[in-house]
Amino acid sequence: MKYSRSLQLIQLGVLGALLMGVALAALSAEKKDPNKFNRLMTPISERNPPPAEDGIHDPESFGTELLQTPRASFSVLPRSPSGNYVNWTKALDDGAIEPRYHRDDADAGPVVMDLNIVREVKGSMPNVVYPHKQHTEWLDCSNCHPALFIPQKGANQISMAQILLGEACGACHGKVAFPVSECRRCHSQPKLEVSKTE
Amino acid sequence: MRLQRVARFLILCLIVMSSGIAWQANAEYADVVLNQKSEKEGVRPVIFPHWFHRIRFKCKVCHAELGFKMRVGSNHISMENITAGEFCGACHNGDVAWSADECDLCHSGKPGLKTGIRGGHETMGPGIW
Repeated sequence: MKYSRSLQLIQLGVLGALLMGVALAALSAEKKDPNKFNRLMTPISERNPPPAEDGIHDPESFGTELLQTPRASFSVLPRSPSGNYVNWTKALDDGAIEPRYHRDDADAGPVVMDLNIVREVKGSMPNVVYPHKQHTEWLDCSNCHPALFIPQKGANQISMAQILLGEACGACHGKVAFPVSECRRCHSQPKLEVSKTE
Repeated sequence: MRLQRVARFLILCLIVMSSGIAWQANAEYADVVLNQKSEKEGVRPVIFPHWFHRIRFKCKVCHAELGFKMRVGSNHISMENITAGEFCGACHNGDVAWSADECDLCHSGKPGLKTGIRGGHETMGPGIW
């Protein structure tokens, strides 16, 4: 009985030390300043880490050190506040990147459709302007129609809740395209302007 | 009885340590982990970096031409597919990009990773929201 009591004490001691270690690691990561500005945001110095430090690549794998680092690649691309911290749309428009539209034909170009869809939204947020142009630069019609969006006016009810759960716009926005934290890139048409023009 | 307690304690230690490790994870936005078959076959999981590929190809190339479905877990890719020129093998053939015999360049993930896409708003917060 006595033996198990002491074992319990040792266990508690070790667990305490472990927890202290984790807390200390957290503190040192915050550079020991508990009142650091933007405490919960990823500091710029820790954005786009090299593969060996990103937590998913195995630093012991021979391949990991051969891979290009995102930081090196992104150093020449326009920045954005979230996602990869790269404004991919601008990068394409500016010619900073020239992604192929066909696997082995570097000259193939997309069929761009220049049609804006304005979605009037409830509440006080500006209306959403959906530009087909920027989307057809990258995608094929079949990527969105008809599985994600029925190509018919008024047929698609979209909510932010759906988007956050990965449906509708959320199939890409929040996964690979800019996330929903960049509200105004979609909610871009002030309501006042609409009533003036009408 | 005592053994059970020691085992429970060790598991607790592992959870504490792994939560510390997970807390440090800072994967690049839109990196995809593919591990439906890899570890069962004895190789590391695959990490697919969207950022690297979108600089070179538009979404449409893989998601319309090559038949990659846009939902994690719905593409059941095997090495037979790839060497036959399907999926990744459409480019990773030693012609457009490095060939499939460079195992470690794709199979570079940490053991034990779950299949999924990293870095989105669904995975960064405390819960699904």
